[in-house]
Amino acid sequence: MDAEMIIIDSDAGVMCARQKGRELAMAIGISGSDLTLIATAISEIARNIVQYAGQGEIEFRFVEGRGKRGLLIIARDHGPGIANIGQAMQDGFSTSKGMGLGLSGAKRLMDDFEIVSEVGKGTTISMVKWGRSS
Amino acid sequence: MDVPILKQGDYLIASILGALTDTALTRLQENLVRSVRKYRSKGVVIDVTVLDVMDSFAARTLRAITIMTRLLGARVVIVGIQPEIAFSMVQLGLNLEGALTALDLEDGLAMLKTADTKEQDRLRRHGR
Repeated sequence: MDAEMIIIDSDAGVMCARQKGRELAMAIGISGSDLTLIATAISEIARNIVQYAGQGEIEFRFVEGRGKRGLLIIARDHGPGIANIGQAMQDGFSTSKGMGLGLSGAKRLMDDFEIVSEVGKGTTISMVKWGRSS
Repeated sequence: MDVPILKQGDYLIASILGALTDTALTRLQENLVRSVRKYRSKGVVIDVTVLDVMDSFAARTLRAITIMTRLLGARVVIVGIQPEIAFSMVQLGLNLEGALTALDLEDGLAMLKTADTKEQDRLRRHGR
């Protein structure tokens, strides 16, 4: 697999993305509760795309590093962007429905998490879950 | 896919049959609250055994269902939370504060029955 992409423009897309993430993580030997953590993190960031940007995409890639394989998940949208990332990453901060745990929660569920956002241009979130040493 | 709601005596049982979209969850909330009113139910069991993900939206909806149902005079028990879902909920910082939980459907129904029996005893003691 080079990369797989899922268009996120509705809550059906959110569900599709979390199932795809689980499936791909399983393919590189990630198992057990990590699969649920990945699916949950995808659900949070995919919902953010639908709510704030209307549409976007989630790309999946296999990555290698530190003798491990991992699943890289990149969520991209061309929505309004986030003016204050520090604030958006705080627990309980939400400008919409939900419990304000979307971004901070997703970060806690994954091993690596990076967010780049520009107001008026959009947001890109990259996050990785690493498997066990191969 | 809608969640079927089964009426069993004084109770309603909603068994989630697979992954749910946010829309389906919101519909479950509306249908359950309406059914509690219609059937004058005393309790609701929501079985989440096969739910793939309990994210912030799902937890928020289940809490809302619990509160709304309580306002109508019925109890909600959420059953079947899997260990890995419990783990992800804690990592995410989610809780179902105020909601009753039980291991499975059987325990959930037993919990409702026990609560109802206690309630009836209390009412009887107070001479009603």
